[in-house]
Amino acid sequence: MVRTLLIRGMLVGLLAGLLVFAFSKVFGEPQVDRAIAFETVRKAAAHTPIGTPAEPELVTRQVQASFGLLTGVTVYCTAFGGLFALVFAYANGRTGNLSPRALSALLGAAGFVAIYLAPSLKYPANPPAIGEPETIGYRTALYFAMILISIAAMVLAIIARQRLVSRFGHWSATLIAMAAYIACIVAAQLLLPAIDEVPDGFPAPVLWNFRVASLGMQFVMWATIGLLFGALTERATAARRPLLVKAHAPAYDSKATYRLE
Amino acid sequence: MSDTIFVPDFAPSPIPVRDLLPWAIFGAVLLLAIYFVGAEEGATALIPGMYVHEFVHDGRHLIGFPCH
Repeated sequence: MVRTLLIRGMLVGLLAGLLVFAFSKVFGEPQVDRAIAFETVRKAAAHTPIGTPAEPELVTRQVQASFGLLTGVTVYCTAFGGLFALVFAYANGRTGNLSPRALSALLGAAGFVAIYLAPSLKYPANPPAIGEPETIGYRTALYFAMILISIAAMVLAIIARQRLVSRFGHWSATLIAMAAYIACIVAAQLLLPAIDEVPDGFPAPVLWNFRVASLGMQFVMWATIGLLFGALTERATAARRPLLVKAHAPAYDSKATYRLE
Repeated sequence: MSDTIFVPDFAPSPIPVRDLLPWAIFGAVLLLAIYFVGAEEGATALIPGMYVHEFVHDGRHLIGFPCH
Protein backbone atom coordinates (compact mmCIF):
# COMPACT_ATOMS: atom_id res chain seq x y z
CA MET A 1 0.00 0.00 0.00
CA VAL A 2 2.68 2.50 1.06
CA ARG A 3 4.88 1.22 -1.76
CA THR A 4 2.15 1.82 -4.34
CA LEU A 5 1.54 5.35 -3.03
CA LEU A 6 5.28 6.12 -2.99
CA ILE A 7 5.83 4.95 -6.57
CA ARG A 8 2.74 6.87 -7.69
CA GLY A 9 3.96 9.99 -5.90
CA MET A 10 7.41 9.83 -7.47
CA LEU A 11 6.02 9.26 -10.96
CA VAL A 12 3.62 12.18 -10.55
CA GLY A 13 6.57 14.22 -9.24
CA LEU A 14 8.64 13.26 -12.28
CA LEU A 15 5.86 14.43 -14.60
CA ALA A 16 5.53 17.63 -12.57
CA GLY A 17 9.31 18.08 -13.00
CA LEU A 18 8.98 17.96 -16.79
CA LEU A 19 6.19 20.56 -16.70
CA VAL A 20 8.24 22.74 -14.33
CA PHE A 21 11.22 22.41 -16.67
CA ALA A 22 9.14 23.61 -19.64
CA PHE A 23 7.78 26.50 -17.55
CA SER A 24 11.24 27.49 -16.32
CA LYS A 25 12.71 27.40 -19.84
CA VAL A 26 10.09 29.89 -21.03
CA PHE A 27 9.81 32.19 -18.00
CA GLY A 28 12.89 31.59 -15.85
CA GLU A 29 15.91 31.21 -18.15
CA PRO A 30 15.59 34.62 -19.87
CA GLN A 31 15.82 36.27 -16.42
CA VAL A 32 18.85 34.14 -15.45
CA ASP A 33 20.57 35.20 -18.69
CA ARG A 34 19.83 38.89 -18.06
CA ALA A 35 21.13 38.64 -14.48
CA ILE A 36 24.36 36.99 -15.70
CA ALA A 37 24.75 39.72 -18.34
CA PHE A 38 24.45 42.33 -15.57
CA GLU A 39 27.06 40.47 -13.49
CA THR A 40 29.45 40.25 -16.45
CA VAL A 41 29.21 43.98 -17.15
CA ARG A 42 29.68 44.81 -13.47
CA LYS A 43 32.76 42.61 -13.19
CA ALA A 44 34.23 44.09 -16.36
CA ALA A 45 33.71 47.58 -14.95
CA ALA A 46 35.41 46.66 -11.66
CA HIS A 47 38.89 47.31 -13.14
CA THR A 48 40.02 43.72 -13.42
CA PRO A 49 43.75 43.89 -14.25
CA ILE A 50 44.49 42.91 -17.82
CA GLY A 51 45.74 39.36 -18.06
CA THR A 52 43.77 38.07 -15.06
CA PRO A 53 42.62 34.61 -16.11
CA ALA A 54 38.85 34.18 -16.40
CA GLU A 55 37.18 31.89 -13.86
CA PRO A 56 37.42 28.33 -15.12
CA GLU A 57 34.05 27.25 -16.42
CA LEU A 58 33.30 23.80 -15.00
CA VAL A 59 29.93 23.59 -16.71
CA THR A 60 29.04 25.66 -19.76
CA ARG A 61 26.03 27.98 -19.75
CA GLN A 62 24.40 25.78 -22.40
CA VAL A 63 24.60 22.71 -20.14
CA GLN A 64 23.46 24.68 -17.08
CA ALA A 65 20.41 25.94 -18.96
CA SER A 66 19.47 22.55 -20.43
CA PHE A 67 20.56 19.25 -18.82
CA GLY A 68 21.57 20.93 -15.56
CA LEU A 69 18.22 22.69 -15.19
CA LEU A 70 16.33 19.56 -16.28
CA THR A 71 18.21 17.40 -13.76
CA GLY A 72 17.81 19.91 -10.95
CA VAL A 73 14.06 20.42 -11.29
CA THR A 74 13.18 16.78 -12.02
CA VAL A 75 15.19 15.46 -9.05
CA TYR A 76 13.61 18.15 -6.84
CA CYS A 77 10.06 17.48 -8.05
CA THR A 78 10.40 13.67 -7.97
CA ALA A 79 11.73 13.84 -4.41
CA PHE A 80 8.85 16.08 -3.35
CA GLY A 81 6.40 13.73 -5.10
CA GLY A 82 7.73 10.88 -2.97
CA LEU A 83 7.67 12.88 0.27
CA PHE A 84 4.16 14.04 -0.57
CA ALA A 85 3.06 10.41 -0.99
CA LEU A 86 4.52 9.48 2.42
CA VAL A 87 2.71 12.38 4.13
CA PHE A 88 -0.47 11.41 2.28
CA ALA A 89 -0.06 7.79 3.43
CA TYR A 90 0.01 9.02 7.03
CA ALA A 91 -2.76 11.62 6.68
CA ASN A 92 -5.24 9.47 4.73
CA GLY A 93 -7.80 8.19 7.21
CA ARG A 94 -6.53 10.46 9.98
CA THR A 95 -7.99 13.74 8.77
CA GLY A 96 -11.70 13.18 8.88
CA ASN A 97 -14.10 12.20 6.14
CA LEU A 98 -12.10 13.49 3.17
CA SER A 99 -11.93 11.78 -0.20
CA PRO A 100 -8.38 10.97 -1.40
CA ARG A 101 -8.80 13.59 -4.12
CA ALA A 102 -9.77 16.32 -1.67
CA LEU A 103 -7.08 15.37 0.85
CA SER A 104 -4.41 15.35 -1.86
CA ALA A 105 -5.47 18.78 -3.18
CA LEU A 106 -5.47 20.24 0.34
CA LEU A 107 -2.05 18.73 1.10
CA GLY A 108 -0.72 20.21 -2.13
CA ALA A 109 -2.04 23.65 -1.18
CA ALA A 110 -0.63 23.36 2.34
CA GLY A 111 2.76 22.26 0.98
CA PHE A 112 2.90 25.14 -1.48
CA VAL A 113 2.11 27.70 1.22
CA ALA A 114 4.26 26.19 4.00
CA ILE A 115 7.32 25.11 2.04
CA TYR A 116 7.56 27.83 -0.60
CA LEU A 117 5.16 30.77 -0.37
CA ALA A 118 5.56 31.82 3.28
CA PRO A 119 9.38 31.33 3.46
CA SER A 120 9.85 33.14 0.14
CA LEU A 121 8.01 36.23 1.42
CA LYS A 122 10.90 36.69 3.85
CA TYR A 123 13.75 35.24 1.80
CA PRO A 124 12.71 35.42 -1.86
CA ALA A 125 14.44 33.63 -4.72
CA ASN A 126 17.39 35.56 -6.15
CA PRO A 127 18.90 35.40 -9.63
CA PRO A 128 22.67 35.18 -10.19
CA ALA A 129 24.56 38.42 -9.38
CA ILE A 130 22.61 38.81 -6.13
CA GLY A 131 24.12 37.50 -2.89
CA GLU A 132 27.60 37.84 -1.42
CA PRO A 133 29.57 34.55 -1.58
CA GLU A 134 30.81 35.11 2.01
CA THR A 135 27.27 35.01 3.46
CA ILE A 136 26.09 31.81 1.74
CA GLY A 137 26.22 29.78 4.97
CA TYR A 138 24.28 32.41 6.90
CA ARG A 139 21.66 32.85 4.17
CA THR A 140 21.20 29.09 3.72
CA ALA A 141 20.77 28.57 7.48
CA LEU A 142 18.16 31.35 7.71
CA TYR A 143 16.27 30.07 4.67
CA PHE A 144 16.06 26.53 6.02
CA ALA A 145 15.14 27.81 9.49
CA MET A 146 12.26 29.79 7.96
CA ILE A 147 11.05 26.68 6.08
CA LEU A 148 11.20 24.53 9.24
CA ILE A 149 9.29 27.15 11.27
CA SER A 150 6.69 27.38 8.53
CA ILE A 151 6.20 23.60 8.30
CA ALA A 152 5.95 23.31 12.11
CA ALA A 153 3.38 26.14 12.21
CA MET A 154 1.34 24.49 9.44
CA VAL A 155 1.31 21.11 11.19
CA LEU A 156 0.26 22.72 14.49
CA ALA A 157 -2.45 24.73 12.71
CA ILE A 158 -3.88 21.57 11.12
CA ILE A 159 -3.87 19.73 14.48
CA ALA A 160 -5.50 22.74 16.15
CA ARG A 161 -8.16 22.88 13.46
CA GLN A 162 -9.14 19.28 14.09
CA ARG A 163 -9.46 19.89 17.83
CA LEU A 164 -11.51 23.06 17.33
CA VAL A 165 -14.00 21.59 14.86
CA SER A 166 -16.27 20.10 17.52
CA ARG A 167 -16.49 23.44 19.33
CA PHE A 168 -16.61 26.01 16.53
CA GLY A 169 -17.70 24.03 13.44
CA HIS A 170 -15.71 23.47 10.26
CA TRP A 171 -15.83 27.01 8.88
CA SER A 172 -14.73 28.86 12.00
CA ALA A 173 -12.18 26.23 13.05
CA THR A 174 -10.54 26.53 9.62
CA LEU A 175 -10.41 30.32 9.85
CA ILE A 176 -8.98 30.22 13.38
CA ALA A 177 -6.29 27.74 12.29
CA MET A 178 -5.40 29.90 9.28
CA ALA A 179 -5.15 33.00 11.45
CA ALA A 180 -2.90 31.13 13.90
CA TYR A 181 -0.61 30.01 11.06
CA ILE A 182 -0.39 33.55 9.67
CA ALA A 183 0.36 34.92 13.16
CA CYS A 184 3.25 32.44 13.54
CA ILE A 185 4.66 33.42 10.14
CA VAL A 186 4.35 37.15 10.86
CA ALA A 187 6.10 36.71 14.23
CA ALA A 188 8.92 34.61 12.70
CA GLN A 189 9.42 37.08 9.87
CA LEU A 190 9.58 40.03 12.27
CA LEU A 191 12.14 38.24 14.47
CA LEU A 192 14.42 36.76 11.81
CA PRO A 193 17.07 39.12 10.38
CA ALA A 194 16.55 40.72 6.97
CA ILE A 195 18.84 39.96 4.03
CA ASP A 196 19.34 42.60 1.37
CA GLU A 197 22.24 41.97 -0.96
CA VAL A 198 20.80 43.33 -4.21
CA PRO A 199 23.63 45.27 -5.86
CA ASP A 200 23.10 48.90 -6.88
CA GLY A 201 21.69 49.26 -10.35
CA PHE A 202 20.31 45.73 -10.65
CA PRO A 203 17.32 46.02 -13.01
CA ALA A 204 14.09 45.80 -10.98
CA PRO A 205 12.04 44.19 -13.80
CA VAL A 206 14.54 41.31 -14.04
CA LEU A 207 14.35 40.74 -10.29
CA TRP A 208 10.53 40.87 -10.30
CA ASN A 209 10.18 38.60 -13.34
CA PHE A 210 12.67 36.13 -11.90
CA ARG A 211 10.75 35.89 -8.64
CA VAL A 212 7.41 35.54 -10.43
CA ALA A 213 8.93 32.74 -12.56
CA SER A 214 10.15 31.02 -9.40
CA LEU A 215 6.68 31.32 -7.84
CA GLY A 216 5.10 29.96 -11.02
CA MET A 217 7.42 26.95 -11.07
CA GLN A 218 6.51 26.08 -7.49
CA PHE A 219 2.81 26.53 -8.25
CA VAL A 220 3.06 24.20 -11.27
CA MET A 221 4.83 21.58 -9.16
CA TRP A 222 2.46 21.63 -6.18
CA ALA A 223 -0.68 21.87 -8.32
CA THR A 224 0.40 18.94 -10.50
CA ILE A 225 1.33 16.75 -7.53
CA GLY A 226 -1.74 17.72 -5.45
CA LEU A 227 -4.30 17.27 -8.22
CA LEU A 228 -2.86 14.38 -10.25
CA PHE A 229 -1.83 12.25 -7.27
CA GLY A 230 -5.33 12.73 -5.82
CA ALA A 231 -7.09 11.86 -9.08
CA LEU A 232 -5.05 8.67 -9.53
CA THR A 233 -5.48 7.59 -5.90
CA GLU A 234 -9.23 8.31 -6.06
CA ARG A 235 -9.56 6.15 -9.16
CA ALA A 236 -7.51 3.33 -7.63
CA THR A 237 -9.56 3.25 -4.42
CA ALA A 238 -13.02 3.95 -5.90
CA ALA A 239 -13.52 0.36 -6.99
CA ARG A 240 -12.81 -0.99 -3.52
CA ARG A 241 -14.91 1.08 -1.16
CA PRO A 242 -18.65 1.32 -0.75
CA LEU A 243 -19.95 4.69 -1.87
CA LEU A 244 -22.55 4.84 0.89
CA VAL A 245 -22.60 3.37 4.36
CA LYS A 246 -25.41 2.99 6.80
CA ALA A 247 -25.54 5.56 9.59
CA HIS A 248 -27.94 6.14 12.42
CA ALA A 249 -30.10 9.24 12.35
CA PRO A 250 -33.20 10.09 14.35
CA ALA A 251 -36.40 10.02 12.39
CA TYR A 252 -37.69 13.33 11.06
CA ASP A 253 -39.94 15.10 13.50
CA SER A 254 -42.28 17.60 11.88
CA LYS A 255 -42.66 19.57 15.14
CA ALA A 256 -38.94 19.97 15.80
CA THR A 257 -36.81 22.80 14.40
CA TYR A 258 -33.82 21.85 12.28
CA ARG A 259 -30.74 23.88 11.60
CA LEU A 260 -28.18 23.32 8.85
CA GLU A 261 -24.76 22.68 10.33
CA MET B 1 -40.16 5.57 10.19
CA SER B 2 -36.62 4.30 9.82
CA ASP B 3 -33.64 5.76 11.66
CA THR B 4 -31.25 4.50 9.00
CA ILE B 5 -29.74 6.87 6.49
CA PHE B 6 -26.94 6.46 3.96
CA VAL B 7 -23.96 8.81 4.01
CA PRO B 8 -20.88 8.88 1.78
CA ASP B 9 -17.90 7.29 3.46
CA PHE B 10 -14.49 8.36 2.21
CA ALA B 11 -12.34 7.78 5.25
CA PRO B 12 -10.30 4.63 4.77
CA SER B 13 -8.76 2.91 7.76
CA PRO B 14 -5.46 4.64 8.49
CA ILE B 15 -2.20 2.87 7.67
CA PRO B 16 -0.66 1.89 11.05
CA VAL B 17 2.41 3.93 12.01
CA ARG B 18 4.53 0.76 12.39
CA ASP B 19 3.88 0.00 8.70
CA LEU B 20 4.87 3.55 7.77
CA LEU B 21 8.08 3.85 9.78
CA PRO B 22 10.34 1.71 7.54
CA TRP B 23 9.47 4.06 4.66
CA ALA B 24 10.81 7.02 6.63
CA ILE B 25 14.29 5.82 5.61
CA PHE B 26 13.22 6.30 2.01
CA GLY B 27 11.99 9.77 2.97
CA ALA B 28 15.48 10.56 4.29
CA VAL B 29 16.96 9.52 0.93
CA LEU B 30 14.52 11.86 -0.84
CA LEU B 31 15.53 14.70 1.50
CA LEU B 32 19.17 14.01 0.61
CA ALA B 33 18.26 14.34 -3.09
CA ILE B 34 16.66 17.74 -2.37
CA TYR B 35 19.79 18.73 -0.44
CA PHE B 36 21.98 17.91 -3.46
CA VAL B 37 19.86 20.11 -5.72
CA GLY B 38 19.45 22.88 -3.17
CA ALA B 39 22.55 23.25 -1.02
CA GLU B 40 25.45 20.89 -1.91
CA GLU B 41 28.72 22.78 -2.55
CA GLY B 42 27.10 25.96 -1.36
CA ALA B 43 26.88 26.33 2.40
CA THR B 44 28.22 22.81 2.96
CA ALA B 45 29.83 20.16 0.77
CA LEU B 46 29.83 16.36 0.87
CA ILE B 47 31.71 16.10 -2.41
CA PRO B 48 34.81 18.25 -3.04
CA GLY B 49 34.81 20.64 -5.98
CA MET B 50 32.04 22.74 -7.48
CA TYR B 51 30.69 20.44 -10.17
CA VAL B 52 27.32 19.59 -8.57
CA HIS B 53 26.76 23.26 -7.69
CA GLU B 54 27.57 24.42 -11.22
CA PHE B 55 25.55 21.66 -12.89
CA VAL B 56 22.27 22.35 -11.04
CA HIS B 57 23.06 26.11 -10.82
CA ASP B 58 20.05 27.46 -12.75
CA GLY B 59 17.58 25.12 -11.10
CA ARG B 60 18.89 26.01 -7.65
CA HIS B 61 18.38 29.74 -8.28
CA LEU B 62 14.93 29.30 -9.80
CA ILE B 63 13.67 26.86 -7.18
CA GLY B 64 14.47 29.55 -4.61
CA PHE B 65 17.52 28.29 -2.73
CA PRO B 66 20.31 30.71 -1.80
CA CYS B 67 23.19 30.22 -4.24
CA HIS B 68 26.77 31.62 -4.12
